[in-house]
Order: sequence, then C-alpha cells, then structure tokens
Amino acid sequence: MKHIKTINMGALKNSIAKPGCKECANSCQSACKTSCTVANLECENR
Amino acid sequence: MKLHKFKQMEMNIVIDVNSGAIHVVDDIVYDVLDYYKFKNLDEIVSDFKNRYTEEQIKEAYDEIKQLEEEGLLYTYDPYKNIVLNDNGPSYIKAMCLNIAHDCNLKCKYCFASEGDYKGERKLMSPEVGKRAVDFVIENAGPRKNVEIDLFGGEPLMNFKTVKEIVEYARKREKETGKNIRFTITTNATLLNDEIMEFIDENMGNVVLSIDGRKEVNDKIRIRYDGTGTFDDILPKIKTMVEKRKDGKQYYVRGTFTRENLDFYNDVMMLADEGFKEISIEPVVLEDKHPLSLREEDLDTIFEQYDKLAEEIVNRQKQGKGFKFYHFNIDVNGGPCVYKRISGCGAGYEYVAVTPDGDIYPCHQFVGNEEFKLGNVFDGLSNYELIKTFKNGHIYNKPKCMECWARFYCSGGCQANNYSFNKDIHIPYELGCQMMKKRVECAIAIKAKLMEE
Repeated sequence: MKHIKTINMGALKNSIAKPGCKECANSCQSACKTSCTVANLECENR
Repeated sequence: MKLHKFKQMEMNIVIDVNSGAIHVVDDIVYDVLDYYKFKNLDEIVSDFKNRYTEEQIKEAYDEIKQLEEEGLLYTYDPYKNIVLNDNGPSYIKAMCLNIAHDCNLKCKYCFASEGDYKGERKLMSPEVGKRAVDFVIENAGPRKNVEIDLFGGEPLMNFKTVKEIVEYARKREKETGKNIRFTITTNATLLNDEIMEFIDENMGNVVLSIDGRKEVNDKIRIRYDGTGTFDDILPKIKTMVEKRKDGKQYYVRGTFTRENLDFYNDVMMLADEGFKEISIEPVVLEDKHPLSLREEDLDTIFEQYDKLAEEIVNRQKQGKGFKFYHFNIDVNGGPCVYKRISGCGAGYEYVAVTPDGDIYPCHQFVGNEEFKLGNVFDGLSNYELIKTFKNGHIYNKPKCMECWARFYCSGGCQANNYSFNKDIHIPYELGCQMMKKRVECAIAIKAKLMEE
C-alpha cells in the first residue's frame, strides 16, 4: 500500500483463538496499585 | 466508536478499536477517514480538491476500502457475548497481603492514611499470613500461577512474618503444584544486606518507592520528624537493583502530584541513575487535597508524557533504553481479549487481606466495611458483592463502551471509580484522560521504533 502502513494486523481479534486461560498476572500486582492498565500485562500462553 | 486517530511524533496513527489493528497513514488517508463513512467518493474528491489530486484521493479511498474488507478497519465488536455468557466459576489467584498496617513514613499523599488504613496500627501475625496462603491456594482452583504481593503500610516493619509466609508458601507450592510468585512493595528505608538477599532470592518482583528528584521526594516522602528520605533510600535502592540479575524484575516506582507536574524530570533523574524499570504514576486524591491533580493540569501532564515518549525513542535508538511502566504495551501481543474484557480482577480474581485476615476486593477498599468480602479463617461470605465485581466489566460501563481505549485499560480502576463516583461502573474521568494519553504515547513509541 502507498498511503497506509499497517503495524498491527489485529492482534486483539486474533487472540480470540487463544484459550483465555487467565493465568496471566493481575494488573495491580505489578507496579501500579493505583491505575488499572491491562494491556501491558504479558500473556502466559504464547 | 470504531476508529481512533491521533498525531504524534510526526506520524498519523489510526487504531481500529475492535480488532486492535494499528495503521500509520499519510495525511490524505488521515483526512479522508473523517468522511469515508458519511460521503461518497465524488463528494470527498470535491471536498479536498484544493488540497489533493483526484488520483491521490481515489488511491487513499481504495486502500481504506481494502482494509475494511480485510477486517482491519471499521470492525465490529465480536467479544461481548463471551463475557456476558461467562457464568462459570471465578478463581481467586492473586492476593495483596497487608503485612503491616503501619509505616515508618508519613508520605503526604498516602491512600492508606499513613499506613494504618484509618484503623488501628497493626502487624499481620505469621498465623494469619499462612492461613491467607492456604486460602488463596484453595480458591485458585485450576489456576497454576498464584500471585502474592507483600504490601502495607511498610511490610518490612514485619520482616519476621514475611519470612515465615514465604517459607510456608514454598512448602505448600511443592505439595500443591502451584507456582507462587511473590512481589514486595517497600519504601526502601529498612533494606539491609540480609533483607536484600532475601528479597532477591524470593521475590519475583520488587517495587521500590522513590518519587524522583531529591527536592520532589523529600517534600512528600517524609519521616515522622519531617525529614526527607532521599539520601537514605537512593543508595539502598541502587544496591537492591544491582542484585537483580538474569532478568529478575523490579520497579523503581514513584508518584507525581500537583507539586511536580514536570515529572518528566523525575523519570529522567531515575533513568540517569541507571534504573531500567521505572514507573511514575499520577497521584489519586480528592480534588480539595492540595496535592491532587485537576482538570486544569492535564495540558501540562500531556506535554510531559509527549516529551517522555520522544526521549524514550531517542534513548532506545542510542542503546540506552529503559522501560516506563505505563508505556509498556506490546502492540503485537499482550494479554488476550478474554483478559482485556474481564477488567482488573479486583473482588473476584484478586483480593486484599488485612492483618486480621479480613478480605476486601483490593487494597484500595481496605477499611471500608461495606466492601468486606469475608475472612481467611471463615471464608468468603459476601457473594453478591463478588458477583458485582465480576460483572463490573466494560460491557456494563456505558462510558467505556463509547471509549476507544477500552481494550487497553479494561474499564479502569474500580476503587478510583468508586471513590470519585460512588459506583464502580462510572469511570474516574481524570484517570481516563491520562490513561488515553499514555496509551497513545505507548503506541506511538512502538510505531516510531518500527518505522526506523
């Protein structure tokens, strides 16, 4: 494409194929404790 | 809202909200997107005839159309039913253990009321701590990974209990096949060789509190006699961090307030001290508190985030990169959609436990009796409230459903929502504004680094 460069091919939609194991960390367990950010957690089932 | 577009670091970035696709586009596409869904090609060509040629607009239009057909623009939300139909059990697998409702500092912004959570100053006994370990193992069901955060107040005021809990958990880990990850959050004042050795060996993550520059830290993070802590804690934090080898995690973590809206300088001070994992977070306080952040501070805060994003890119390119917690978004990975639509987990996957063993939805609710969920000795009792928290996801938060960032923040902090709006379903607006800015910065950083 000449006008658009896609840097993410819909990883969110594609992750629907994952099992949804819920083994990942809870956001407040890392550093935040005051502000919920979920997108910066790491997947335990890559 | 299906698309979100913004300009940062001389890039035009477009996010397709529901698929998570991210595109960097030129000015023509950026402009055409404003009308693509409302006007036909001829009308758009006519609207922009003074700016772009017909051929340029046609090309841009066709590329947008192609991405739409490929499911990378203007997609629908296919996830709603997953969460609404999830009637299965939930498992408590993460726990914040308030090892001490006491602190040797009196930081001016402390949400825990200088450590005592508005109650009696108290330390957790090893018995309560061990029972809490059993409680979380019993309630984790099939989850293998269990997380325990040793928190306070200042948990190192009760190091004896910390040690006993860890020792007990290691034994229970072997018996049950669980993988227990510990985190400790400390103000660093009580770190000594023995404690640092212990932390390094046993903690998956250590969160070390410091607010940045000496003049900033020492105005807020003070002892009972009013003196600042900077000169005491910085060398200890450095020694602790030096021990964290082989990818062992740590965070040097501070808070910014109205007193240091130029917090970029605090992040940089910490980066220049050699720390690689840094978090400086906005204080959350009611409006009338002199240190609180307010609507009128947002422009300054946004400028600081922009500046920080640019500097992170520069340093990364020079091989001197560092991680800023809130910008750590892996655009091509990160948690799956099941996690992103289920919220922070407070109250049904994550709980906090007081020195008496009382259970609350998270550390921020501790001390508010209405939110007590049970006790580690007697088990859970308030199932209605647990259900409310489980259902406190984005699909039950009307404001989140209008927001492009919902799959990044997952509905915000329930405790902040409650303290500002008396309802976990209504987002804390100032927090939302800053969250959205940080997500934009995080995506822009990734886009910029991929571009070069």
